[in-house]
Amino acid sequence: MSEPTTRTAGASSEHVEVRHGVYHDSVTLLAASREVAGVEGVAAAQVAMGTPLNLDVLASMGFALPPVATDDLVVALRFEPGADPEATRETAAAALTAALSRRSGGGNVTVDPARTTAAALRRTPAPVALVSVPGSHASAEALDALRAGSSVMVFSDNVPVADEVMLKHEATQRGLLMMGPDCGTAVVGGVGLGFANVTRPGPVSLVAASGTGAQHLMTLLDAADVGVRHCLGLGGRDLSADVGGLGAEQALRVLAADEGTELVVLVSKPADAGVLDRLRALADSLGTTLETAALGADEPDLTQAAERVCERLGVAVPAWPAWSPDDERPGAGSPGLLRGLFSGGTLCDEAMAVAARTLGPLASNIPLEASWPRLDASGPTALAAALAGAGHAMVDLGDDTLTAGRAHPMIDPSLRLEAVAAAGADPRVRVLLLDVVLGHASHADPAAEHAPALTAAAQAAAADGRRLDVVVSLTGTRDDPQGRDAQAAALTAAGAHVHLSNAEAARHAATLAGGTP
Amino acid sequence: MNRQTPSPAPVAASVADLLAGPSRVVTAGVDLLADALDAQAVATDRVDWRPPPSGSETALRAVLADSRREQANAEAVARVTSSGAVLVDVRPATDVLGLAPGEFLHAGPPLMWENASGPMRGALVGAMFYEGLAADEPGATARLARGALDGGGAVSLSPCHSRGGVGPMAGVVSPSMWVFEVEDPGSGRRSWCSLNEGLGKVLRYGAFGDEVSGRLRWMAEVLGPLLQQAVRRRAASDAGPVDVRQVVAQMLQMGDEGHNRNRAGTMMLVRELVPELLELGADPRQVADVVRFCNGNDHFFLNHVMPACKLALDAGRDVPGSSLVVAMARNGTEFGIQVSGTGDEWFTGPADVPDGLYLGDFGPDDANPDIGDSAITETAGIGGFAMAAAPAITAFVGGDSDLALATTRRMYDITLAEHPVFQVPILGFRGTPTGIDVVPVVRTGVLPQINTGIAGRVAGTGQVGAGLVNPPAGCFTEALEALAARVPPSS
Repeated sequence: MSEPTTRTAGASSEHVEVRHGVYHDSVTLLAASREVAGVEGVAAAQVAMGTPLNLDVLASMGFALPPVATDDLVVALRFEPGADPEATRETAAAALTAALSRRSGGGNVTVDPARTTAAALRRTPAPVALVSVPGSHASAEALDALRAGSSVMVFSDNVPVADEVMLKHEATQRGLLMMGPDCGTAVVGGVGLGFANVTRPGPVSLVAASGTGAQHLMTLLDAADVGVRHCLGLGGRDLSADVGGLGAEQALRVLAADEGTELVVLVSKPADAGVLDRLRALADSLGTTLETAALGADEPDLTQAAERVCERLGVAVPAWPAWSPDDERPGAGSPGLLRGLFSGGTLCDEAMAVAARTLGPLASNIPLEASWPRLDASGPTALAAALAGAGHAMVDLGDDTLTAGRAHPMIDPSLRLEAVAAAGADPRVRVLLLDVVLGHASHADPAAEHAPALTAAAQAAAADGRRLDVVVSLTGTRDDPQGRDAQAAALTAAGAHVHLSNAEAARHAATLAGGTP
Repeated sequence: MNRQTPSPAPVAASVADLLAGPSRVVTAGVDLLADALDAQAVATDRVDWRPPPSGSETALRAVLADSRREQANAEAVARVTSSGAVLVDVRPATDVLGLAPGEFLHAGPPLMWENASGPMRGALVGAMFYEGLAADEPGATARLARGALDGGGAVSLSPCHSRGGVGPMAGVVSPSMWVFEVEDPGSGRRSWCSLNEGLGKVLRYGAFGDEVSGRLRWMAEVLGPLLQQAVRRRAASDAGPVDVRQVVAQMLQMGDEGHNRNRAGTMMLVRELVPELLELGADPRQVADVVRFCNGNDHFFLNHVMPACKLALDAGRDVPGSSLVVAMARNGTEFGIQVSGTGDEWFTGPADVPDGLYLGDFGPDDANPDIGDSAITETAGIGGFAMAAAPAITAFVGGDSDLALATTRRMYDITLAEHPVFQVPILGFRGTPTGIDVVPVVRTGVLPQINTGIAGRVAGTGQVGAGLVNPPAGCFTEALEALAARVPPSS
């Protein structure tokens, strides 16, 4: 077992250290970087694995780097002028050690943990493994689980499509479930895997190729007192012609054998028509009642899908909950630009489809139609520049190009908070539209994190003699750890209009942007 | 991409446990997702995942996707664990192997004289003396270096492994040396190993000269012939030949691990052979000398354990698609491994210097890099892999009893099976971790743990200590590449 080895390099105002034989995930390292950067005398700090992407980030910070392999850990420090480099380095090293040795939560960590999923399952069997290692390594762990007779959910993205097909074939041959890759959400028997809302048990099971889409539908059903039994995630590519719905087929077979499931809802982004036909035929042959909620410009939105489910079950469609700001101003004011800043891609898609009906095509990094303006979101800086020159626009901040090297915006809102401040300073912007997604694994208190930025942006506009409205689409249930109603209250206190229905939030925002009719 | 859609199996039983709300989830990756499960009162089993060496991803994917591998490994390791080993004969190497003068076998992967380390050179010089092919060190060295005897005959070096046998430390075998032969009763296959010379100035640690040659001569004239008669007599008796595999199983329950601690095994072997020796009608003084020699060397039985392991692992060779390691061996310069699915190809890297305890005034500077075929024991699931059965070994190789337990437990993560016969009492008689799989070694960075003796780096010094050592990781990544290259395209 190789011990970590260390190499150091750099000018005396800098310290660059390459540690071999240690690995930490990016979420842990981001937190560690922040702590090290906070050490007195440290001007800048970055602690990251030596991936090409991270090396680019380090180079852009001006660090001169020795040769680094992708499995090396790089610790880069720049000292403040006048700081004692040696003493500061030691303090920073101690802070780093403390940050990396602190395991969040837990308490089930054994002294000598297994290093592969196969080894862990050999020691103690479990019905499912949850894999979130970097995408190029995820297939190995997933295959371990399937070969040990366990189902698997692959949260990781960037898994090659050939691996996805191979893994799904393997699962089908073994009568197991393979959820993902790039599967953010699943709920099985009331247990949430990944990003998941706490719903009450009931007769509806979801089969979802869209994580936030599934979360949104679950929370709407919860508000209508329709319980959700399972939500089986597929990953965003499953219903493409390449993968051919292999995951969905297996999910339908599993749910057909599940006695408590009365109605299956298939949630997807725009899907391959041939695949959808095959799935409908399979559902028929299995005797499964199947409802589809496939998003698209001319398709019903998720709120309408939830209403259809209610009708099928003979449940009254409720008025979808909405909360007004504490200091609600009358009228819609003058027209201006709409800025949608989303953490969920599906919610962004849906909001664009709704808003476009009154505002016309919107600019986006994930344009709904090929003819719509595409925003350059190759990085946060490019995105800020593109937004400064755009008309009505909506951005998916969870897109791969923007999450590279940082945590997903549902965990780390810093990128969105910067965009909120920029919108507050832009005299053309009239309305901000945000999604806030609650549930397990999401930020513990997103309202508290967003409220000061929302208030500051509105105040900045007001100081400039303008009115800036904030509309929030809140995906959450009453039983979520963050508490849907408490989060809504904190957001309305910060001046936001809050809607449980994403479609209603988008309509409201579009109306405000269009001005008084 | 494989477009052939498989026929679906019935929904597995574990899926019902999943849909009932899993009470336990294995997580690999970001802690945040495991924390979210903890918050729901679901037990999490967090994998201590770390990335494989950069550059190994493509080969790993190819080997993992090889549809033959799972079955191939199961078959290969089953052959290993079901192979028997009984002691059937003791004969001169020339009779067993047809070695000609000037032909020398050695430990580890193939080696050139130019690259040979101190103890390996010393042992080869000693063998030249013993065979009467040189009278002094410069003469022996010159002949070994030019690869030719004075009369024009060739001097050749080949690995013991290439001739179906094993040798501890330098492992040098020349035609006149005697070897033990063990046989798998099921198949009749045989393997062999030299006779253990004991400690002190001995050939296997690179010593040469009159004392070494004198002992080897006694071994050939007295020890070998008497053991041959005793072993043959025992094999022909109603009791049948000594079952080496059974003795190994018992020694693990008596505090030995079969590599660096063979005390109980040696006692049991002597116990089996003494009645046969007494009934030979030989000179009682010679019999007493033989018994005293065997009894006085706690490693005497190592040279039976090793060929038994070799015999078992050879049964696991040449299964296409199998990533089972069938040999680990060191020649004092390089460490090499062979893998079931890649034939006789050696994957080598520089041998490491063991980390351990030193005798007397010796220290790490006196140590030679890792040497010997005795890592065949670890390859077969004992030695370092069975350290938990031998906590007393830590007094010899360093560490403490917790290390012994932790080491054996860790080895389960890189092996394919638990041995059906070799068991560890302290682990509830769990079978020892058997059958190293190249794939988890590369994926986890967990390297096989070897207990070993340490030879002095200067020829003739002898043993300077004992300790712990690992193979270089590069052997395993190279083997993985070779396995990947042999995956059929349609697999």
